[in-house]
Amino acid sequence: MSDLTIRNLFIIPTIAFLIIFNIFPLLYSLGYSFTDFRASTNAPANFVGLQNYHYLLTDPFIWRNFTITAKYVIVSVTGQVIVGFGMAMLLNRDIPLKGLITTLLLLPMMLSMAVVGLFWKLLYDPSFGIINYGLGLGKFEWLADPDVALYAVALTDIWMWSPFVMLLSLAGLSAVPKHLYEAAEIDRAGSFYTFFRITLPLVAPIVMIAIIFRTMEAFKTFDLAYILSSQPTAELIAIRLYKMAFLEWQTGMSSAFAYIVLVMVVAITNIYVKYLNKVKER
Amino acid sequence: MKAKITGLLAGAAMSALCVTSAMAEDLVIFWAEWDPANFLQELVNEYEAETGVSVTVETTPWSDFQTKAFTEFNARGSAYDMIVGDSQWLGAASTGGHYVDLTDFFKKHNLGEVMAPATVKYYAEYPGNSGTYWAVPAEGDAVGWSYRKDWFEDPAEMAAFKEKYGYDLAPPATWDQLLDIAEFFHRPDENRYGVAIYTDNSYDAMVMGVENAIFSYGAELGNFETYEVDGYVNSEAAVKALEDYKKLYSYTPPGWAKAFFVENNQAITEGLAAMSMNYFAFFPALLNEATNPHAANTGFFANPAGPTGAQHAALGGQGISIVSYSNNQEEAMKFLEWFIKPEVQKRWAELGGYTAHADTLSSEEFRQATPYNEAFYQTMFKVKDFWAVPEFAELLTAANQRLYPFIVGDEGTAQETLDALAADWHATFKKYGRVE
Repeated sequence: MSDLTIRNLFIIPTIAFLIIFNIFPLLYSLGYSFTDFRASTNAPANFVGLQNYHYLLTDPFIWRNFTITAKYVIVSVTGQVIVGFGMAMLLNRDIPLKGLITTLLLLPMMLSMAVVGLFWKLLYDPSFGIINYGLGLGKFEWLADPDVALYAVALTDIWMWSPFVMLLSLAGLSAVPKHLYEAAEIDRAGSFYTFFRITLPLVAPIVMIAIIFRTMEAFKTFDLAYILSSQPTAELIAIRLYKMAFLEWQTGMSSAFAYIVLVMVVAITNIYVKYLNKVKER
Repeated sequence: MKAKITGLLAGAAMSALCVTSAMAEDLVIFWAEWDPANFLQELVNEYEAETGVSVTVETTPWSDFQTKAFTEFNARGSAYDMIVGDSQWLGAASTGGHYVDLTDFFKKHNLGEVMAPATVKYYAEYPGNSGTYWAVPAEGDAVGWSYRKDWFEDPAEMAAFKEKYGYDLAPPATWDQLLDIAEFFHRPDENRYGVAIYTDNSYDAMVMGVENAIFSYGAELGNFETYEVDGYVNSEAAVKALEDYKKLYSYTPPGWAKAFFVENNQAITEGLAAMSMNYFAFFPALLNEATNPHAANTGFFANPAGPTGAQHAALGGQGISIVSYSNNQEEAMKFLEWFIKPEVQKRWAELGGYTAHADTLSSEEFRQATPYNEAFYQTMFKVKDFWAVPEFAELLTAANQRLYPFIVGDEGTAQETLDALAADWHATFKKYGRVE
């Protein structure tokens, strides 16, 4: 078997898989996004041009969903970076049972989103939830309060995904050459200076990668928010998209919506990647 | 050798034919996962014993029911021969070509007379008053109420209530009384709360709860003939109804922001609330001492009348339809012929199903069979339903988006909420060319 045949044997199935399950549906749904198609009817799809996009971009409810999602992404990803990086800093030193502690800290991100959602729903319960009991908050309604529900969901997401940021940060921290710290110590550099001039610049690229991944994931969050809260103030775009596509069966409209979300995720990711490249160049 | 191969092929062909034949006799009914589906499975086992045709009742949780059913419809799948679908699906499923037209079957068996009028109107006919039928009323249901008899009959409570409100403590006959009683029993310090109502906005739960108030206050969701909504769903009566529903929410237990049938039954089984709203189909669990320690002290009443004396309730329940893509339509039709027999409907009621069969429903035997059957019987003649148009899900989404922030989030006023809802619904009807 020639090298070319072996290469083709490995590549062709993957390409075929990508075309059938990714590229084709992507293009097909792009076509649907310009129609009034509803999968629940036998009626043919009629071309409506940009009408769906216009409707969605002028619908105040959709903009509310985008605003909610933006808030959620900012709170959740910022929280994960602060907590995750903080934990990595603590673990990046010689402490007893370091391996065991690291493994235990990684457990939340290994759980299923649905399980985490159901557990945290119990933890937040105003009558018997341990959070209110522990904080002495009486019967405070975390998930029913319209001003708090979104932050309660974000807090759960921070708990679940901070370990991911911690893991990547830890890898970055352990890769920082020790002699830089030794040199800084000889120069009598303070810990503040060492952190901002040595640690952070060297770890920043890998933390940026964690931020890119977490932003993309937070933007797409569905299950956690769907399980935890009914509050319209916590209705993320993925939930609205699901309802539009599979409860209301507005197939054409929801395809357009999905494309708007896709463009936004790609745009945000591109901004991050550009920034990442800048950080790397420094 | 050739003879052997021929024999093998013949055997294989015979086996294939037998398998096909056996499969043709297997019927699958799709329904939501709840007690009535279990009762139906028991009933159809008797059909199998009679005819040799096996019928399986396949279920899925309520939260997935609509999505799963329509996904199968959209794929033109033949996984289900019949479906016990929600009343509001009628428009979407019939105009989408997913249901078999049962008009001839309906007329042949005079089902318009045989079944209770409300069930024919809401579970079977689409469009309204068209004389075209798509389902056989199968499980009648409506929203009713359960309450703690021991709390209501406690002499000390009765005296205190009379002193405070000036009339005797008893199951409420009006919404004003319902509000008074809810307020009276609402004692968070004692972990005792006034009432449990529907607040889950993920599908139709909260809207059905609000409908209970709106219909009994004499208001309507709109004009079902002309699709006008302004002046109906935001009328003075509807506004008052919504205000009172919100008032009821303030008497619910903590964490009652996403409550549906499970939570509302728990409000009684866990001794949390004095009264709880729920579909009648969920009441059997409240009489079972294994699931409700207060079973002996649980009573039931129909949705109370509003200020004008109008008394209505939100319709639940479903009709059974034949799926257009089924390969066993003829067999399914035979099953329906069996299902509508009076003796089968009687047996259906005995097993726990809420028959829509008018004679069985009105029989003394049925009405006395459980403590809630009388309330159910009374209610089934006063039910009203949500829009059954193909775009019902969009109307439901708008209702959830408008009502929930007001009821649970304390945002805006009832008038603003319903004005906005009327505008949303009008825009949706306009989008589908139903209004100018």
